[in-house]
This record gives sequence, C-alpha cells and structure tokens, in this order.
Amino acid sequence: MPERIIGNIHRVNGPVIEARGITDALMLELVAVGKQRLIGEVIKLEKKQAVIQVYEDTTGLAPGDEIYGSGSLLSVELGPGMIGTIYDGIERPLEELFKASGNFIGKGVISTALNRKKLWHFRPSASAGSEIKSGMILGTVQETENFTHSILVPPDLSGKIIFLAKEGDYTVTDTIASLSQNGQEIPVSMLQKWPIRNPRPVAERLPLSIPLITGQRVIDTLFPIAKGGTVAIPGGFGTGKTMTQHAIAKWCDADIIVYIGCGERGNEMTDVLTEFPKLIDPRTGKSLMERTVLIANTSNMPVSAREASIYTGATIAEYFRDQGCHVAVMADSTSRWAEALRELSGRMEEMPAEEGFPAYLPTRIAEFYERAGYMQALCGKPGSVSIIGAVSPPGGDFSEPVTQHTKRFVRCFWGLDRQLANARHYPAISWLESYSEYLADITPWWEKNSGLEWSKLRSEIMDVLQREVRLQQVVKLVGPDALPDSQRFIIDVCSLFKNAFLQQNSYDNIDRFASADKQFKMLKIIVEYYRRGVQALKQGVTLIKLRKMKVYQDIIKMKFTVPNDDTAQIDKITVRLDRAFSELENIYAAAV
Amino acid sequence: MLQQSDRLLLSGKEYIGLDRIDGPLAFVAKTHPVGYREIVECVDSRGILRTGMVLDTSADTVVIQIFEGTSGMTMPGTRVRFLGKPLQLAVTEKMLGRVWNGLGKPIDGGPVLPGDAEHDVNGMPINPTAREYPRDFIQTGISVIDGMNTLIRGQKLPIFSGNGLPHNELAAQIARQAKIRGQAENFAVVFAAMGVKHDVARYFIRSFEETGVLENVALFLSLADDPSIERLVTPRSALTLAEFLAYEKNMHVLVIMTDMANYCESLREISTLRGEIPSRKGYPGYLYSDLAEIYERSGMIKGIKGSITQLPILSMPNDDISHPIPDLTGYITEGQIVFDREMHARGIYPPVAGLPSLSRLMKDGIGEGMTREDHPHLASQLFAAYSYVKDVRNLASVIGEEELTPLDHQYIEFGKKFEEQFVSQKTGEDRTIEQTLDRGWESLALLPAEELHRVTEEEIQKFYGK
Ligand SMILES: Nc1ncnc2c1ncn2[C@@H]1O[C@H](COP(=O)(O)OP(=O)(O)OP(=O)(O)O)[C@@H](O)[C@H]1O
Ligand SMILES: [Mg+2]
Repeated sequence: MPERIIGNIHRVNGPVIEARGITDALMLELVAVGKQRLIGEVIKLEKKQAVIQVYEDTTGLAPGDEIYGSGSLLSVELGPGMIGTIYDGIERPLEELFKASGNFIGKGVISTALNRKKLWHFRPSASAGSEIKSGMILGTVQETENFTHSILVPPDLSGKIIFLAKEGDYTVTDTIASLSQNGQEIPVSMLQKWPIRNPRPVAERLPLSIPLITGQRVIDTLFPIAKGGTVAIPGGFGTGKTMTQHAIAKWCDADIIVYIGCGERGNEMTDVLTEFPKLIDPRTGKSLMERTVLIANTSNMPVSAREASIYTGATIAEYFRDQGCHVAVMADSTSRWAEALRELSGRMEEMPAEEGFPAYLPTRIAEFYERAGYMQALCGKPGSVSIIGAVSPPGGDFSEPVTQHTKRFVRCFWGLDRQLANARHYPAISWLESYSEYLADITPWWEKNSGLEWSKLRSEIMDVLQREVRLQQVVKLVGPDALPDSQRFIIDVCSLFKNAFLQQNSYDNIDRFASADKQFKMLKIIVEYYRRGVQALKQGVTLIKLRKMKVYQDIIKMKFTVPNDDTAQIDKITVRLDRAFSELENIYAAAV
Repeated sequence: MLQQSDRLLLSGKEYIGLDRIDGPLAFVAKTHPVGYREIVECVDSRGILRTGMVLDTSADTVVIQIFEGTSGMTMPGTRVRFLGKPLQLAVTEKMLGRVWNGLGKPIDGGPVLPGDAEHDVNGMPINPTAREYPRDFIQTGISVIDGMNTLIRGQKLPIFSGNGLPHNELAAQIARQAKIRGQAENFAVVFAAMGVKHDVARYFIRSFEETGVLENVALFLSLADDPSIERLVTPRSALTLAEFLAYEKNMHVLVIMTDMANYCESLREISTLRGEIPSRKGYPGYLYSDLAEIYERSGMIKGIKGSITQLPILSMPNDDISHPIPDLTGYITEGQIVFDREMHARGIYPPVAGLPSLSRLMKDGIGEGMTREDHPHLASQLFAAYSYVKDVRNLASVIGEEELTPLDHQYIEFGKKFEEQFVSQKTGEDRTIEQTLDRGWESLALLPAEELHRVTEEEIQKFYGK
C-alpha cells in the first residue's frame, strides 16, 4: 500500500494525538504526522476517529495537520548489519541520526535500520529445486569474525526454491532466492521485517536445563538463571541494577546480547559504547561489541519510543534465536517502560488501576517475559532468549505494582538491598530476599561440569547464611561475647563468605568475572574451612586461633589473586588449609 | 484545512477575550490551528504583557499556561497573540554578569541584549553516540566529596538537603573552589533560583562577588514571591544558556539549581489543575521524564571542549529520601550528596552522610595518573569501615559501649577520627587531594591492618600508619 492520507489532527496532547476524518487506517499502522513527518503509530480506532502515539517531540504540531499512513505495522528490519549497532527505540541507527542532525537528535529524520549499500558475502547452503519450510536456513553471511549470520526463510513463507543466488556479494535488499508458494513466485532478500508487538514463531518450547553463566558468583552459585529464563532485578536508585546488567552483558556465556537502555541515562549508553569495543570476550578472544546490539531510548528521549523499545529489543533477540543462538536481553529499566505506558494511558484518559497504571499493565508485563524461552527454532536448531529486566521501584519499596506484577511472571528474583549497597557490598543482591526457581533445572549441569557435591556445598552455605541472620539478632541484643565459640564461628564464616565470595568488584580486572570452575573451587574451599573449623572447635581449638590462621587471608584475597585460567592456585591454598588445620588439631590433641 | 505555511501568516493574529481562566491556565476557543507548545503573548486590559505556552491544542480549544500567573487578568479585555514558534531564549556570552528572570528578561535594570542566536528553551536530547564519557576529576577541596564522592566534569550530582541545613554554603564553596588541577580554563557559572527567598539569592551573589567571579556568573531568578509557574521555565532558560556557553563557546559551565523541590511543586500545581491522574503524592506520572529533560542536559560532547556540570539542590520534604522528588532525582542523576541532620546537630560541616552518598562517575576519574594510585581502594575501605562503625554504634546503644569487644572499640575510635578529621572542615578550607587521601589513611591507622580487606598489601606498606 503506498503512502496515503488517512486523516488529520484534531487535538495534540503531548505525544498523544487525536485524529479525525479517518478513512482506512489500520490498527497499529505506522504513520507519519504533519509536515515534519513525525513517526507515529495508530493505537486506537473508533468510527472516523483515531488515537495516534507519536515517537518524536510533537512541538509545533497543530490541528488540521495531515496524517499519512504507511500501510504496514510498526516493524523492525532484521538482517546482517545489526551487530555492534546502537539504535533508538524504533530501530533508527543513532550513528545515522548523528550524521543527519549532529550532536542533538533532530526530528523527522528517517533512516533505515540496515545499510542498503553495504555488500555482504552470501554463501548459499540450501539447494535450488528443493522444498524449504519457513524459518529454515537459505545460506549464511560471516557478519563479524565470530558471528555467522544465518539467512532464514521469512516465517510466513515456504515452498519450493526456484532460485538461489550463487556465493557472492549482495546488499540486504538484493534478491538472493525466490520461492514458489501457492503458484506464486516470491523473491527473498537478506532483509526481513517483523511487527515488533508479535512474537516470532518457533517449532516448540523446550524445557530449561542449562545455566546462563554470568560470571557473577552470587548469581551463578546462589540464584542461577537458566538459558531461556526470566529474571527481575528490583532495587532503589544506586543499588546496582545497571552495574549488574552491564556485568552480565559483558561476561555471560550467551552468543548475542541485546541491551535495551529504556528511559535511563545517556552517559550509561556512552559508557557501553566506549567500553565494550575495548573489552575482550574470554570465549572468543574478540571484542565484546561483536556480539552486542544496543537499543538506547534514554530518559530525555520521547516517551512513546520508550514504550516501543522493549518490543524492538525482544524482536531482534528472537530473530537471532531463530538462527540457533543463545541470546540474553537486558532491559534497563522495565519500570520506565511501565511508566511510559502509564503516561500514554493517562493522556488517552483511560481508567487507571493501581497508582495510575492502566489495568492492562500485568498483561503487558506477562507478554513481554513470555517472549523468553528455550526453543526449538524453525531452522531445526535449539536457541534461547533469556530476559533480565531491571525494576526501579519508587522509594525502593517492592510492594509497588510493577515489582509485584513482574514477580508473578518471572521465575528468578535478584532483590537489591539498600543496606548492602550503602555498605558498598556489591553486588547488593540480598541472599534473604532473592530466589531462583531454576535451581532444580540446572543442578544436573553443575553436577556434571563441576562435581556431584555442588548442590550439597551450596545448600550448606545457604544454611550458614540463614543461621547467621538469627544469630545476628541475638548479637544485636546482647553483644557477640554472649555467644559460644561455635556460634560466633558461624558469624565469622559468613563474614568470610561475604567478603571472599559474595562481594565482587566489577572494576577489578580479575574479580569482575569468575568462571564456573573458579566459583566452584572458591565455594568448596570456604565450605571446607567451615567444616574443618567446626571439627577443630569441637577438639578444643579456640576461635582466636582460627581467626589468626594465615591461610584465612589467602582465602579472602583469592578472588583478586587467582585468575580464571589458573584455578589450580586454589588447590594449593586448599593444601595449605588442610595442613594448617592438621597442625592446630595436633597441638590440641597433644595437649589433651 | 490549513497548512503550515498558512499558519505562519496567521501567527501573530490576535484574539480578544479568553473563555476561561483557571489558576495559571487560560483557555481560548475557536482559534486558527495553533501548534503544540507554541508561545503566546497576552496583553491584559491594563496593558500588562505576559508570556504563555500552549499545553494542549485542539480544533475546539487551546489551553495556555501563563508563566507570570493570571492574577489581575480579565476574560473579555485580554488580547492573545500566538507567535507560531516554541519558547526561545536569545543567547549571548554577554548574559554573564547579569541577572535575569525565569524567562530570560533582564531584572537588574540593564538593557535587553540582542542574542547571537535564538534557542528553543526545551532543548533537544543529546545523541548518546555524540557524548563523551566524563572522566576529568574536579578538585573541590572538600574531603568528603573529593575522597569519597568525587565530582567529575560533566556530571550531574545533586545535593539532597533539608530545611536549615547548609546546602547553600556547600554549593557556594564548591563553586568557589572547584578546579581541574594544572589547568586554567574558561569557566562560567549559571545559577537558577526557583522559589527560594531573596536572601538565598543574595547569599550566592555576595559569595560570587567576594571571589571576584561575578562577571562569569549568569543568574536566573524566579524567587519565592514570583509567580510559581515561572519556575517551570527557569531551569530550562538557564540550561539553554549553559548549553550555548559550553557547546558553542567552549566553556566549562557549572549549573547550580535551587530548589528543585519548588520546581516539582509547580509542576504538580499545573497537573492538578488540568485534572491529570496523579501517581505518587499527587505528582504527575511524567515527573520522572520531566526531571530527566532537565538533568540530562549535562555532560560532554565529543570534539567540543566545553562541558556542563550540574549541581542541583533539593530539600527533601520531611528529610524523607524516599519522597518522590529526591527519589526520582536519584534515579536520574549520577549519584547524590546526602545531608544528615544528626551530623549537622553535632556540628559537623559539611554534614554529608557517609553511606547514602554516592558518585557514580568517580570510578573513571580517580586513581593513578588522575588523583593517586591508592584512591579507589582507600575510598572503598573507608566506606566499608565506616559502615561497620554504624553497626557498632547501634550495638553500643543497646548493650553499652563498655560491653564492646576491643576491636569494636577501635572501630568507634576510627569513626570519631574519620568524622572529625576527614569529613569536617571549614567553609573556607580548600584541601588538595593528597591532603584528603592522607587524612583518610590517618583515620585508618586506628584499625589493625588485618581488618583492611579492600586495600592491597603494597598500599598498606606504602601508606598505612605513615
Ligand atoms: N558490582 C559492583 N562493583 C563495583 N561497584 C558497584 C557494583 N555495583 C554497583 N556499584 C556501584 O554502585 C553505583 C550504582 O550502581 P548502578 O548505576 O548500577 O545503580 P542502579 O541500580 O542502576 O541505579 P539507578 O536505578 O539510579 O539507575 C555504581 O556507580 C558503582 O559505584
Ligand atoms: Mg541504573
């Protein structure tokens, strides 16, 4: 459908426009508004009236201005060229906007998401003459040194391959294949479009069983997330949501990262843009930017594009999943997205439910997290989308609607604690409030990879953490001296575990990321210290002696001193630990 | 229907009479198509000129927010002219050294200046790809800031304060002492006052005068007795000038805005009048986005020498940091300096609460080559130790100080020294970063070395107990 006038403005109220004289607009149609051709979307239709949400600043729009329909739904472009790119909430490349309007983002700038001129080297892998189903692989493009982009048959197409391009260089719009479907010949290019609000189809959902290793100890060891899982990180301002998401985006073992900066700070996106290209992915040896797609709709950019940004991100993630990739999506912050919904809903004068949020808020949150999962993709390979959503509760109070509804739809919860953050205990993930429902799903993986004791060690330390809470309550009333050594030792072990294991400094070159192997060994040596300590106390060794053990300092510092590729060093500390305890025990045994 | 070109012809067309006045809002029916956020001039029957902005426009009615307020306006006699463009400020370097109202009109008796350019006061979002990540250390000479909550050039770092606390003194001290070491550069201060009293404005003017920098300061005043709606545009006018000075004249601009709480009150007032659905405590749901439009107008841009550093001041209603105003501010800014009334009562200046205060940008601006190699670990160690002091003090208040373990006693001593020697200083005292860091180590010397988990062995060798 060519561009056509579908009506004109009756009223402008911020980003929401009421239109009259509507002829043939489609629901969710992409439109251009007024002389400046601001990008918008039809979000409500009623008789000859429509409500349009505009993705750019509406200053200057006036009643009577015309509205042009594009004939298609608000969609994103998918194909080679997305990796390493930073887009706004409706997939306009910010680099191109910069070229068009300079340091400040201008209005009405149209720019395609994928470069139309760039040539990509296409290698066919399907064969002409054969039947091919939707979502299957026609060929590949080596997009970056490490990433092989599979060119898929679009999800709504299948049939016999009449034509398949030879290996060679093509632009994203060149025809690289044509399929016959219902007697019609349909050309296929490397560029696909997909409406952002619809999930892309898959063959089937598979059960989750593999952890997404994030390199953050408190997460992987205590509250793990599975590949294809969902998790919420709620926390008041400055408690570490963004830092945690940055750390995961840098070090987790996903193939592709989609990072959505949704209503947050401009400098944080700049930080990613300047830092990621310099960091080396430990698995591939290449720059981290070579697996990252960024979506930036900062807090001062138009609020309706913020609403769209998380769908844009989810669609891009699904597209990579459909090629058989494991994708991790960071959404910082879903609260800003929910607030955008609230603002738009308010401007449309809808009936509010809790705290001004529209009644459909829970449905929208559920729909978003449902786009995660471990799937059998149409191409035959397994792929996954994991979603990690930050939540910014007002006043840091988790009883507010966005946190509460999110909790209903995610299976893992990393609650950030203000007290821990204030004490500079980072990551400030509370071990009392957080949980992971993926534990049972992924335990077999750890047992196979690290050792059968994994879950025993984990539950032992969790138990110590719980007991400490009760002991601390006693200490608060009567002081530590009132407790027997065996109980004070529990407090000591906890303090060791917090310092040596739970706290992890994102700014330290060694500590910023711990491999599964290093985590396991660190956990094991701390539990070993605990077990031996309990025994030693029973034999009459005093707490003071335990505290003064030299090896204690080695354990506390191992996170900074032991690199991921030399975890044998921890084995050496274990030997020293064993020797130290034996010596102590001998002295006491002799004394008795 | 009318096209944009016709609208320009019509802009300037005058309407006589308003249809409704409600607080600072005026309603005019049956106009030509008027643009959203278009600027409006109203002349009332006594000939007084006021400026307004279109908040809502439809074919039936236009809603105008009048910055100077509507008191004394009459419905029939008022003449209304739509100017066909958004609110703009004529900017020039010569605005420095002068006093302006919130809309940028002179109130110091001086002349109206022809601007070098007209800029939309609403500004435009900086493209994140054009930003330069801020990393230059600003030495404020104040230990608790330089040492533990370092201010970086291009940062937005608010002061969360309360009635009667010395936020003005601290802001003025920062403005006086702030420097990039080893560099003398083009700097300017843009000061925006919203709803504060005359003596506050006078205090700042005097402080600028005494240091002889008044020529480098532009003041935008919309004081307590000025119409409250004018406050909504005051920070925007100030930042429009700041952007011009920073990004077109390569100046390093420090923007002090006080008091953001008053700004938010005005926003609530308008929102309530328009019958919008409130979110928390009656504030509109878009308070976050609206504040972000202001605070995000700071930072650095690639290839441009200038910068904008923001130091907003806000008083926390009831000293409550979870109140929507400090809360949403904290979610937008790059850290916060939080004042503690109890420390103030104990005579500590600046009464900066150790734990809730934070500078998010300090990580890239401190350490070797910028401040000193021990700075990052030292700061982290001071935070950790001070946080333990708070626990010990709580414990002592229950079981009594004499029941504490010897180690806990050492922490109490450390806490005292830290507050008295490190945090406390005089309003005229300007410490170098080395002095600040040395004082940090002097406090730590009261703790046994085995307790210092956050510093390295080498740092202990070099600095501990020296
Ligand atoms: N793992 C970590 N290592 C070191 N520092 C950390 C870590 N996590 C958080 N921090 C510190 O806490 C500060 C705030 O963290 P962050 O920006 O992630 O907070 P946030 O929860 O995203 O806040 P907001 O909601 O305001 O965006 C950081 O600037 C950093 O100083
Ligand atoms: Mg954040």
